[in-house]
Amino acid sequence: MSGGEGASTPFLTYVVVKAHTNPWLSTDFDFDDEPPDLGIHKDIHQKKKTAYDISFKVYKPEDIQKQQDDLINEVNMILDIRKEEAAILLRYFRWNKERLIEDYMDKARQVLEAAGLAQSSAKPPPRLETIPGFVCDICCEDGEGLQSFAIKCGHRYCVDCYRHYLAQKIKEEGEAARIQCPSDGCNLIIDARSLDILVTPELAERYHTLLNRTYVEDKETLKWCPAPDCENAVECSVKKKDLDKVVPTVQCACSYRFCFGCILSDHQPAPCELVKRWLKKCADDSETANWISANTKECPKCNSTIEKNGGCNHMTCRKCKHEFCWMCMGLWSEHGTSWYNCNRFEEKSGTEARDAQAKSRVSLERYLHYYNRYANHEQSARLDKDIYVKTEKKMVQLQKESGMSWIEVQYLNSASQALQTCRQTLKWTYAFAFYLARNNLTEIFEDNQKDLEMAVEALSEMFEKPVGELADPKLKVEIMDKTSYCNKRRIILLDDTANNLANGAWTFNVDFMTPTPASGSSSRR
Amino acid sequence: MASQKRIQKELAECTKSPPQGMTIALASESNLHKWHVTLQGPPNSPYAGGTFGLVVSLPVEYPFKAPTVTFSTRIYHPNVTNDSQGSICLGALKAENWKPASKLLGVLEAVRGLLVEPMPDDPLEARIADEYKNDRKEFEKNAKAYVARYAKGAPKYEEPTAAGEAKS
Repeated sequence: MSGGEGASTPFLTYVVVKAHTNPWLSTDFDFDDEPPDLGIHKDIHQKKKTAYDISFKVYKPEDIQKQQDDLINEVNMILDIRKEEAAILLRYFRWNKERLIEDYMDKARQVLEAAGLAQSSAKPPPRLETIPGFVCDICCEDGEGLQSFAIKCGHRYCVDCYRHYLAQKIKEEGEAARIQCPSDGCNLIIDARSLDILVTPELAERYHTLLNRTYVEDKETLKWCPAPDCENAVECSVKKKDLDKVVPTVQCACSYRFCFGCILSDHQPAPCELVKRWLKKCADDSETANWISANTKECPKCNSTIEKNGGCNHMTCRKCKHEFCWMCMGLWSEHGTSWYNCNRFEEKSGTEARDAQAKSRVSLERYLHYYNRYANHEQSARLDKDIYVKTEKKMVQLQKESGMSWIEVQYLNSASQALQTCRQTLKWTYAFAFYLARNNLTEIFEDNQKDLEMAVEALSEMFEKPVGELADPKLKVEIMDKTSYCNKRRIILLDDTANNLANGAWTFNVDFMTPTPASGSSSRR
Repeated sequence: MASQKRIQKELAECTKSPPQGMTIALASESNLHKWHVTLQGPPNSPYAGGTFGLVVSLPVEYPFKAPTVTFSTRIYHPNVTNDSQGSICLGALKAENWKPASKLLGVLEAVRGLLVEPMPDDPLEARIADEYKNDRKEFEKNAKAYVARYAKGAPKYEEPTAAGEAKS
């Protein structure tokens, strides 16, 4: 009774468009937010729409094909041109049907020429022909019975050359929508029907795949699902310029969750630009920063970073020649005779130096604080796959041992899903927090973060109990409660961050929302 | 090989009625895929009086893949690399513009046209292009100096043995 794929998507609503509905027929897309048809997570789905929910639709390959076909049929009827030509025109206009029709009515000749089409004529569609006395201008063959082909422009070449040309374009160059006539300087586009006459079915299939790809790539509101082997596309109306106000997380029917703005894996609550910065910083800094933190100190006088490369505690800064003790950071001259064995921790010069040291470390430590927590959740997220596999095993085991039915052990699956999703969110809260300037809002945020984290760790602990204990009805109820609590905490956190983001209420300590360094960091308009 | 017939035909056409100021020959009789071309600097250009060597290489997939044309004589020009490679930036030779029905005759004419009228907005040598646009006098002086230094006498191609044959 319940949709199989839907069962793994407890929080976000998505709609798989059925083949018979055509959203393109209406000029403005309305995204229905109909609740999915599942029973298990009903309580969550009944919730009101949260601030971070965005509308989107998932399309299967058939749907994508259908959309194109519908548009082509429409243009074919309205403008009375052949379907394969309608397709070329639509691709030229990036599938903007309204503009195509308007421009075509206005200046058909120019439109056709620019799109790479010949003037419409009543001539029958091109076919293979054998013309006496024909010489192929490409291979210079002139054998009798040589089959030849030409599209509307009449540039005729032998069928072998034509095939070779098309194969090279499609296979080697990955070209499909803009393959022109082989004649020098002729801009006419080879249409799908002509292509189907000429090439092998295998190549034609590749050609149509490439054409399909251009459909999704040409439309700003469509993106391919980046999950491996997933052939679906997602439609979302969030524009690039809105990415400082919203984190458009979508979930494909294959259950993969990703950001529609940057195609990275789900990174709520952090906005795309922040994520970009953070990832770059991590790639550049984290290893270096860790090493510096563990292995170096700063010179108490000039703050140069110093690595101790010998056993002696008597340090002389290369840069400023300051002499100090590595252990207490105090002046070496105050050490008297107790060289090589520093036990004078309370000396004034040393305390001051250590204070300064501590201060200079703050920014580094601050970064590492957030980075380590971020990395920890990331690592846990990486283990999600194992957890999931383990869960499945546990469920089977549990079914056997306790005599529970399949539906009765689903709580483990839900718990596993919740853990994965919440850790993903937690991970990004740390990157987000790194860039936040401190104020009242950050305190609320950190409370939310702490609540979610504690709930997640608690659930994680319960979840790893041996199978025997898992069957205990009391623990089962606890796990179910904790799962539901985790999900709720996550929604609260995301709702709060998304609301503040939409209202421009966050203050960041870097100005990453405007591309060029500009004024204040708060971007309220 | 299907392309042999085509290349032979093109070679015959090019040797029979070559573009203005050019002579065309195979680098060696046994290989249709490498041509040596001598090009007299067009009279209405700073390259007048110079004799330039061009090497035309036809890939195995010719005419489905574009040929490559390089200067084997050093030349001071915005669209030719100022080194021993002598690579040319020519729209017709770019993979996306080349068509199987494009002809070498047209390519050679385009190369000659480039000497008459460089395309500084699509440069390989940005500095020379800049000079061409902003200080034409200096450009012409330099171009002529290169002609005097490199482009006098029979042009040399990569293989020294072929150089003698190329001159007709």
